[in-house]
Amino acid sequence: MAEKKRLKDLTVWQKAYIPEIAKGLALTLKTMFKPKFTMEYPEVKFLPPSSYRGRPVLVEEAGGEERCVACGLCARVCPALAIEVQAAETEREKERYPERFEINMLRCIFCGFCEEVCPEEAIVMSKDYEMVFNNREDAIYGKDKLLVSVSQLQDRINFLRSHK
Amino acid sequence: MPKFTLDGNEIEFKPGETIIEAAKKVGVDIPHFCWHPSLSVSGNCRVCLVEIEKMPKLAIACSTTASEGMVVHSQSEKTLSARNAVMEFLLINHPLDCPICDEAGECKLQDYAYQHSKGESRFTEEKVHKDKRVPLGPNVMFDGERCISCSRCIRFADEITKTGELTFVQRGDRVTIVTFPGKEFDNAYSLNVTDICPVGALTNRDFRFKARVWDMSATKTICSGCARGCNIEVWVRNNEILRLTPSQNDAVNSFWMCDYGRLETFKQVHSNERINGVYMKREGQDVKVSWDEAYANAASELKHLNKDQIAVIASASSTCEDNFMLAKFAKSVLSTKHVDYIPHVVPGSGDDLLIREDKSPNAFGTELAGVHPAAGGLNRDAILDGVKKGTIKALIVVDEDLAAMSPEMETALAKLDVLIAVSTHHNRTTALANIIFPSATYAEKNGTWVNFQGRIQRIRPAVTTLEADRTLDNLAQSRLDKFGTEYDRWGRSVKLDARPVWKIFAGLSTAFGNKMKYTTAEDVLIDMGKSIDAFKKLDYEKIGEQGVQLELSAKVKA
Repeated sequence: MAEKKRLKDLTVWQKAYIPEIAKGLALTLKTMFKPKFTMEYPEVKFLPPSSYRGRPVLVEEAGGEERCVACGLCARVCPALAIEVQAAETEREKERYPERFEINMLRCIFCGFCEEVCPEEAIVMSKDYEMVFNNREDAIYGKDKLLVSVSQLQDRINFLRSHK
Repeated sequence: MPKFTLDGNEIEFKPGETIIEAAKKVGVDIPHFCWHPSLSVSGNCRVCLVEIEKMPKLAIACSTTASEGMVVHSQSEKTLSARNAVMEFLLINHPLDCPICDEAGECKLQDYAYQHSKGESRFTEEKVHKDKRVPLGPNVMFDGERCISCSRCIRFADEITKTGELTFVQRGDRVTIVTFPGKEFDNAYSLNVTDICPVGALTNRDFRFKARVWDMSATKTICSGCARGCNIEVWVRNNEILRLTPSQNDAVNSFWMCDYGRLETFKQVHSNERINGVYMKREGQDVKVSWDEAYANAASELKHLNKDQIAVIASASSTCEDNFMLAKFAKSVLSTKHVDYIPHVVPGSGDDLLIREDKSPNAFGTELAGVHPAAGGLNRDAILDGVKKGTIKALIVVDEDLAAMSPEMETALAKLDVLIAVSTHHNRTTALANIIFPSATYAEKNGTWVNFQGRIQRIRPAVTTLEADRTLDNLAQSRLDKFGTEYDRWGRSVKLDARPVWKIFAGLSTAFGNKMKYTTAEDVLIDMGKSIDAFKKLDYEKIGEQGVQLELSAKVKA
């Protein structure tokens, strides 16, 4: 049987063993005095930067109305078919609004295509990453869960405008 | 035939034909907005400009008649730059309404904008504002800003319906369309303008905002409104019909259909009155039972009776296949001579364009398929008389609400020994029936109808019932149908437990111990061809998309 050849033979220094242990311990000691970058979630929450793509939400104007005109482009572009929109007529100046707007959070892959395609800046990716549900029905978010007031989303909207 | 050259290819034309017509025949589509094959030439949109050698300027293909030896370039640099310029001009005042516009996805302006414009506008000034959301009539909504003033709708009202309600007012960029003072755009064919409108200026008020066109699947079939048999497309999303549009068939309906057919015929498919599952009367209550149990029960009740006491009333809305099976069942299984159908002719309701007085889509086909009393049998009036007098003890009735005819009829029906109703909807007759078989509507089954001209045309299923499957049975599918699961809202559409009439009679026949070997509606048609001359050698492939004129003997014609 042919003798197995090491890729790299250890040097004498490495074979001596003790210096390498000392090196390792030194690294440990050094790290102990550095600021830690883990956090004690859920007591401490992670605040994502504006480029973060959390769950998609609908922008609610100051008057309590949604910006969405139910054009259905987000539903069309969604690669996972997570979005379903039912349009209806309204008396407002923009004559069309979403009677029903549902995102199936089990289907959503957080790609952000919906945000990119939206002609009205009405659907944006929020910083919310906490989504818990116990059954498939609860995973379908309707307008009640999706509408978020524009003031809370300003960070992301500014980010989108600066990267157009 | 004379020839001219179009983009380097020699094409033939008939003398008098315009360039755009000749090009369309060989499959070259020269961009156009205002030109329509069955309307007069207006020539105002200028998008069909083409370069013709030895002509000093570009000419519009829609009004330039082709002539021998002409050399036309529809894709040359000069033509394209003119087309781009026309598109830019049209888009100056066109609002960015696409997200809220129903036409998006089937809009000619959108299509040509993709092909012939830069994607950006050089126009920085304020766009012209006009009236939006103007109801022109009970069915049509008009948006002045979206209108590109092609005048197709005006010409439609002038030339096709000859009602002339519409006109242009104002000039230049303020031009808009209105109805004449005191007039409403309310004629029997008004909604056709929403189809011919190349942009979203005219929209169907019934369909407004219900769905995007790319979310629906379209199935070619036939309108059930009258004996004309207009070719239509049925648009379905989530197993629900949302709109009907006409499709071209020059032998039947050209490009048009009437508003009644478009708005009133499909809603019954999704009505709350639809029968879901088989019901039997037990102690005065309708109880849901299985198909086999109902078949067996019907057979045992009918077997007791004398064959002269049984009558069958067919429906002129059923397909030829349905009625052939019904006639065969009556003749060979029940051996009754009393078979007929009830015509629905409303005198004075027809017109010169499309609408017929006969409101059944398949009265002609019903007769051809053999639904008529055998020698010595009772006809429709005699059967109904027999029911009233009590000489008829058992009645099978398909899709007819006999009880609604008169209170006298209703009490007579209640006294029958056996009343079997095959029906799509609950009505006063089904309320009296001993057994109710749910039948599929025209939008849920395969089959053929014969229109008043004797033209056999295909109807195709667009909505699935429990026994059908969208994928396996080759129904048209939208993206949602392809990828939906039972956990998606759109995958959980309503499916009724209903069967086509021919299958119900095949099942009844089996219960009588007389098995019929058909698996599809087409098998029935092929078998019909063997015994009925009019249907000789027909199959679904032969009937195709446009239908086939039946060769009728002189006797049938009379």
